[in-house]
Amino acid sequence: MYVAVKGGEAAIASAHRLLAEARRGDPAVPEIGVDQIAGQLALLVDRVMTEGSLHDRDLAALALKQARGDLIEAVFLVRAYRTTLPRFGASEPLDTGAMRLARRVSATYKDLPGGQVLGPTFDYTHRLIDFALAAEGASEPAAQAEPAPDAARAPRVTDLLGQDGLIEASPPDEGAPVGDLTREPLDFPAERDLRLQALARGDEGFVLALAYSTQRGYGRTHPFVGEIRVGEVEVEFVPEELGFAVPLGRLAVTECQTVNQFHGSAAEAPRFTRGYGLAFGHSERKAMAMALVDRALRADELGEAGGAPAQDQEFVLAHCDALQATGFVEHLKLPHYVDFQAELELVRRMRAEHAEATQEAAE
Amino acid sequence: MTTDDDAPLLRVEGLGKHYGRRLGCAGVSFDLHPGEVLAVVGESGSGKSTLLSLIAGEVPADAGRVRFRLRDGRLADLTELSEADRRALMRTDWGFVRQDATRGLRMGVSAGGNIGERLMGVGWRHYGEIRSSALDWLRKVEIGADRIDDHPGSFSGGMRQRLQIARNLVTGPRLLLMDEPTSGLDVSVQARLLDLIRGLVAELGLAVVIVTHDLAVARLLSHRVMVMRAGRVIETGLTDRVLDDPAEPYTQLLVASVLAA
Amino acid sequence: MTPRVRVPETGYNFAYLDEATKRMIRRALLKAVAIPGYQVPFAAREMPMPYGWGTGGVQVTAAILGRNDVLKVIDQGSDDTTNAVSIRAFFARTAGVAVTTRTRDATVIQTRHRIPEAPLAEGQVLVYQVPIPEPLRFLEPRETETRQLHALAEYGPMHVKLYEDIARHGHIATTYAYPVEVAGRYVMDPSPTPKFDNPKMDDCPALQLFGAGREKRIYAVPPYTRVRSLDFEDHPFRVQHFDRPCALCGAGDVYLDEVLTDDAGGRMFVCSDTDHCEARREAGHRGEGA
Repeated sequence: MYVAVKGGEAAIASAHRLLAEARRGDPAVPEIGVDQIAGQLALLVDRVMTEGSLHDRDLAALALKQARGDLIEAVFLVRAYRTTLPRFGASEPLDTGAMRLARRVSATYKDLPGGQVLGPTFDYTHRLIDFALAAEGASEPAAQAEPAPDAARAPRVTDLLGQDGLIEASPPDEGAPVGDLTREPLDFPAERDLRLQALARGDEGFVLALAYSTQRGYGRTHPFVGEIRVGEVEVEFVPEELGFAVPLGRLAVTECQTVNQFHGSAAEAPRFTRGYGLAFGHSERKAMAMALVDRALRADELGEAGGAPAQDQEFVLAHCDALQATGFVEHLKLPHYVDFQAELELVRRMRAEHAEATQEAAE
Repeated sequence: MTTDDDAPLLRVEGLGKHYGRRLGCAGVSFDLHPGEVLAVVGESGSGKSTLLSLIAGEVPADAGRVRFRLRDGRLADLTELSEADRRALMRTDWGFVRQDATRGLRMGVSAGGNIGERLMGVGWRHYGEIRSSALDWLRKVEIGADRIDDHPGSFSGGMRQRLQIARNLVTGPRLLLMDEPTSGLDVSVQARLLDLIRGLVAELGLAVVIVTHDLAVARLLSHRVMVMRAGRVIETGLTDRVLDDPAEPYTQLLVASVLAA
Repeated sequence: MTPRVRVPETGYNFAYLDEATKRMIRRALLKAVAIPGYQVPFAAREMPMPYGWGTGGVQVTAAILGRNDVLKVIDQGSDDTTNAVSIRAFFARTAGVAVTTRTRDATVIQTRHRIPEAPLAEGQVLVYQVPIPEPLRFLEPRETETRQLHALAEYGPMHVKLYEDIARHGHIATTYAYPVEVAGRYVMDPSPTPKFDNPKMDDCPALQLFGAGREKRIYAVPPYTRVRSLDFEDHPFRVQHFDRPCALCGAGDVYLDEVLTDDAGGRMFVCSDTDHCEARREAGHRGEGA
């Protein structure tokens, strides 16, 4: 006799035990430490913090350990933790002009105040597998660090261009509250603050592909990398009871500002426009891709011909979040017996009708 | 209130539009009476398509207004109608046949569905009646009844335009806007389509504003012609008069086919 | 199964969400009840389960759950499928409320893809998990345009889809997520329940709440509200009929799951609503496969 399927609860518990075992791997190999992940897989940790939109290196490293290295799963853990945290308010705008620089490159000027600082970069490495890394132990002696430029003498490229009015001014800070799409439902058309938030949290691969599409003619914006800067900035916060800004600590970020063409209009002279990207830690690819897509999404505002995917904010914002995407794609593995039964019944009926019609036609 | 036969159906006054510093069109005014066909001619870039978009309310005008005589006789300013009333008017009393049929049709929906959409939009809920109305209109635009369940993607250019016409006329509109409906079609296909349009317009007593760069189209279909150049109307009059005896030097060049469209 | 009470998880608020978030959701719920069938945007939170797995339903349930509530969770009609077990365990852990599989004992029922067979009563709340709340989405992908269509009650395109079904198949071939008109105004997606369940929504004594987490929408059907499935006069709405009763309990007026019993084409049809089936068997009903 058939008995309706039971035992979901027991099956789930067993699956979780198996997961824990698989996570640990071979017990003969030492267990990886959260400090090792945070220290030696730092770029992965940066990405989890960026897409998880929570700056906490240890938590991100722990999430990566718990997720067996699955990036999106780690972002998921961080986001689910973040959602329960109390919110005290928004920080003061970060002054990236005063950044303690670890890296700073400009593609628009060969030399500029503060100079070009390569810093720790994969650029110009030959991508040859270094088998020496497989053997643990002695590493190369640390490079002589380049003297970090004095922040005061390394102004942002966009500020330099702005002095001559060659580039649009940064929108003035009107003290309006900054939108937060994790606290308010997204309403289209979305303003730039929300668009930037969505892109910052967005999946790096998706944002990268969109940025790439603009370079291939789908919403071209003629970008130059004005500047990429990586380093630490101070975070300040104004507690209501104090009424003045107090420093909370320092934060490592990557900022990219692109300089893009703009032809002007009846009311405005031609000048350059900007695209903006910002990510936690050292996340250069993400910051650049974000800046390109940010600029593409301003097509309407700047009166440019639209129609490309990267210019379509409903398309971009609705699909850039890796958690939303992975959840909905993966939900297809949940049972759909009931809907499938409905379709099965329909197909059978239509096949029967078809057979009948064929038979009639034959007679 | 009864409608005076001499009262215009459509009244356009001082309509204008700039795109940035570029002029779309400016100072366009005309009246259109029931059953009258007005052709707007000019080179590409002369502002004639902009004018049509402004009349249809698809692009907001910078200046001027468009008024339309509603079925109750009232001459209503279109910008003062509520969005609901304006959209209802567009899908019942107005039609818009576009140059690019893929913009005027639902390409993922069958020919019957394309024709039936407006009927369902005004509340028809009887499948059989919607279907027989669609069949009736397919016959009127000379598309075989056996194509009713085919998607427009499988139709030729001429058939798509005829399907667009059926889709627009099914609710018995009084005003039809047409944007270069025959351009891009073979000459023989054009002739058949023009013949069909002329027949339907006469039979249904439609008022039409047709934008075309082709003076032969204007001559065949229209009662009056309006010549546009660089966003402005430079000459207007009865079709035969304007085409046979143009007053403006530019119109003379246009008629002599010296200017390419 | 008897209601069980477990110790709630420490470190989290009752039913996981903080009170400010619950208040935000309740405001959206009140608006949804006031405008039946209208999709109210709400600031859906990121939940510890994936998008598309019931985050909307879980948030609605968390916002309405009280300490004395008795919760039932079903997926595909069954209390024992993994996702139902997981969500029920979540609330048992974070809220410590009593849980049940008995439809009549529950005060709150969270569901994915089914409405229980046993009639619901006044005072009960049915919470639906919704993947795509917009019934017009597959006709018109743009939110700005669909909002406009709802605002102006322009539902012609919805009927075009049904027209296309009949033209192609001879009948309306939409079998689940079958669109309904609520209280004579808004067209609503009933979530992917089979259309078999649509008539149960009409004039239902229970409150029906719908939560879509990823799409950040909440909507509702208040008790005793008219819910009409869209159709044509000459092609009226019809539900599926199975040409055999449940093999276990013999019920003939219920939705059945098809179960493959061997690899030689053997199959049987049993109640999709497992609680209903068990209750009937306890009452002595037997099907031919039992």
